[in-house]
Formats: sequence, structure tokens, C-alpha cells
Amino acid sequence: MIYFDNAATSWPKPPCVAEAMTHYLAEIGASPGRSGHRLAIEAAREVYGTREAVAELFNAPDPLRVVFGANATEALNLVLNGLLRPGDHVVTGSLEHNSVMRPLRALERSGVSVTTVACTPTGELAVSDLAAAIRPHTRLIVLNHASNVVGTLLPVAEAGRLARQHGLLLVVDAAQTAGAYPIDVQADAIDLLAFTGHKSLYGPMGTGGLVIGERVDAEHLEPLKRGGTGSRSEREEQPNFLPDLCESGTPNAVGLAGLGASLRWLLAEGVGHVRNHEMALTRQLLDGLAEIRGVTVYGTRDPARQTATVSFTIEGLQPSEIGLRLDDEFGIMCRVGLHCSPAAHHTLGTFPTGTVRFGLGAFNTSQQVAEALSAVTALAEGAGGRR
Amino acid sequence: MNGESYAVILVYSTSHAMRIEKLLAEQGIACKMIPVPRQISSDCGVCIRILRADVAAARTSVDAANIQVQGIAEV
Repeated sequence: MIYFDNAATSWPKPPCVAEAMTHYLAEIGASPGRSGHRLAIEAAREVYGTREAVAELFNAPDPLRVVFGANATEALNLVLNGLLRPGDHVVTGSLEHNSVMRPLRALERSGVSVTTVACTPTGELAVSDLAAAIRPHTRLIVLNHASNVVGTLLPVAEAGRLARQHGLLLVVDAAQTAGAYPIDVQADAIDLLAFTGHKSLYGPMGTGGLVIGERVDAEHLEPLKRGGTGSRSEREEQPNFLPDLCESGTPNAVGLAGLGASLRWLLAEGVGHVRNHEMALTRQLLDGLAEIRGVTVYGTRDPARQTATVSFTIEGLQPSEIGLRLDDEFGIMCRVGLHCSPAAHHTLGTFPTGTVRFGLGAFNTSQQVAEALSAVTALAEGAGGRR
Repeated sequence: MNGESYAVILVYSTSHAMRIEKLLAEQGIACKMIPVPRQISSDCGVCIRILRADVAAARTSVDAANIQVQGIAEV
């Protein structure tokens, strides 16, 4: 069995994740930030430890400006719905996931305007094109750090400098890169970093959040939800300080305990070490696919300019059939189709049939890549014979 | 309580309390998380209990780290 669907969610997880979650459920259990007894305090320590680990990984100066939520989608909805007002303008790219495009399309109906800057057919974006799209009422630049379809890395640090020159905020969707590629919110000038816990951070589903930079005034951020926070309980108004402003309701503390464990594992391994491993596998996969007749690979085809996510098609076969046969005949699990990103597939020229996506992860091996290349070769040769 | 005199650092949220707990531990200042005494606040959260003798050092540490607190009260 070969799991190549890490771009959807990583698997397996480091064993410490399940251990931490089991420990939380069996030994702690209480609600963090709600009561003052020893188990509640231990629960709060677990959650705070995860907050600190997130801050350390992304070099965020203040752990209290890390707010937790269910996933990157929720974080992006918080930013876009929480900061944009009628009349505001947003600049984004043509590789965005629907977690950005759907909130933006809905906001367009309430008077927000959106410019989508075209990426090249390999998914690359010129910062000069972003600059040319800035208008007097532009408020945000929103960028996918790396495409979930082809893995192409976008120039977020350059976009961050551009945003600062123009007094804008840079929002980065790091769903595909957090943990897989070094991110430094200070050096990269990222004002709002949306991350998910269950992909390259190797934590459980239902965890994620937003790192909020010092240039963002929390007074102007409308939370998605209001409710109990365990703080300022005498008041019926939402607290105006972080993280409580954006964290109403009992949190997913057991999930955050798991995420804390995976983050400590990742910090010990080193993002650079994981990145090097994934680049080597990506190079092997790209080189092998280039040798197979009938296979078209999308994106940069350069491991240094993309994540370990590779999209391809085989001439004469539908992606859906390839996915089924890879699973049934070879035990290879991947994702086919449009990957929740019609904009990216329009950019790549693969709309509406989509592609086959191999999403490699830290636990994949060179042997698995070799086996997958043999499987793709067999499918392509069979399809070639059918033409 | 062993004849010791205490003070409590009142915070805006448990997350702030956790940050201060770590900070004080790094500075070697003894502290304990306790529920906020009723006579001080109706809030349902925790506060950080320290020795009165450590109030000045704790205040300096918290200010240096730029952590907002509601106040420090003697108990």
C-alpha cells in the first residue's frame, strides 16, 4: 500500500500524535481556560504549548497572536470576512483554492472587488503583475503559498515587501507549505498566515489557525463566531483581545494536544530536513515521469520551485480511471480531478477533466516512488496500445 | 498558608496566564495558577499567585515581555 495523498491530508502521523491525544483523553480531559482546577490548568498548558510551538515554527514573536480554529479554510474565512468591507479591493492569483475563491466570490456580492492576477501555465506569478493590479482601495493581497494542484511555490516574501510598500496586508494560505517549506512570518513579511494542522504539520484533522502579525489591528477584525471564551465572563460583549476575540466555544483541545506533539516532532526533525527528503523524492518522481511516453507533467518540473505535489495526465486515459486503477491494481492512493481548485486548473489548461495528483510526504520512500513509476508506466503502455 | 504573604497577577485570559507562568519560571520566580479569588473578580478564569516579595520582579518581567495584565493585587 502506497499513500500518495499527503496533499489532501498527511498519513501516517508520527506515533507521538496519537500518544498525546490518548494522554489528553485519558489523563487530562478538562476544558482549557474555563475552570481553575488542576486538570483545567493542565488542559490550558497543553493548548498553550501548541500555541508556542506554532509561534516557534513560523518565527512569530507573540504566541498570543496565534488563534486556533478547525483548519486553514476557517482561518481564511476569518481573515476575508473579518477584515474586508464594502468598497475594499483584493488582489489575488489564479492558483487559489476554493477556500479563498468562494469567500471572495461571496464578498463580491456585498461590494468587495477582486482582481485575479494570471499566473503562467506552470503556475508562476510575477510580482510586477501583482503591483500593477493594486488600486487606491486595495486592502489585501491574498496568495496561496503553493498550489495544491501542481505544488508551484509563489513569491510570498516579495509580495510581502510589495504589500508593505503600499500599506497593504499580505494574507498567505499556507495549507500546502506549513511544515513542508520554511516559513518565517517576520522575514517573509506575512501579516496573516493561515495554516492547517493535518497536512504537512502532521497533526490531526480539525486543527489549524491563523498567525496574526503586529500590523493587523485586532480592533478591526470581526470574529467569525462570538460566544464563551472563559474570559471576561461578566460581560456580554466579545473580548477585544487575542486570542480570545477569535476563539469562542470549547476548543478542540484533544486535537491541539496532538498538533503540539506533531509540531515538537517537526521542530526536532527540522523543516529543512523534511524539505530535502521531499525534494529528493520529487526529483526522482519528475525524472521518472519525464521518461514515460504519453505522460504529461504540469507545473515547474523543478523540485526547488515546488512542493512535493506533482500533477500529471496520461494520454488516452481519464484521470478518474487512472486513480481507480492505481488503487485497485497497484495499491497506490492518490487524488484525481479538480482538487477544489477550478482556478488552478484553468491556469494549467487542465479544466474540466483535471489531473492525477501525487502528494508525497515525509514518510514516503524512494522505493515507493520507484513502484509508482512502474505502475504509471504499465498504465501508459496499456493506454498507448489502446490508441 | 505557612505564614507567607501572596499577591495575584490578574490576566485577561488563560492564554495570557500560561504565557506569564512560563516567563516567571524562566526568571526563577515561584508561581502557581489558582482560580481568581471571588473578592477580586467575578471572572471564572485563573490568575497567577506569587509571593508578595516577588511582586516588583514579576512586574518588571511582565512589562519587559509586553504582556498586558489587568493588575496585581495583594491577597
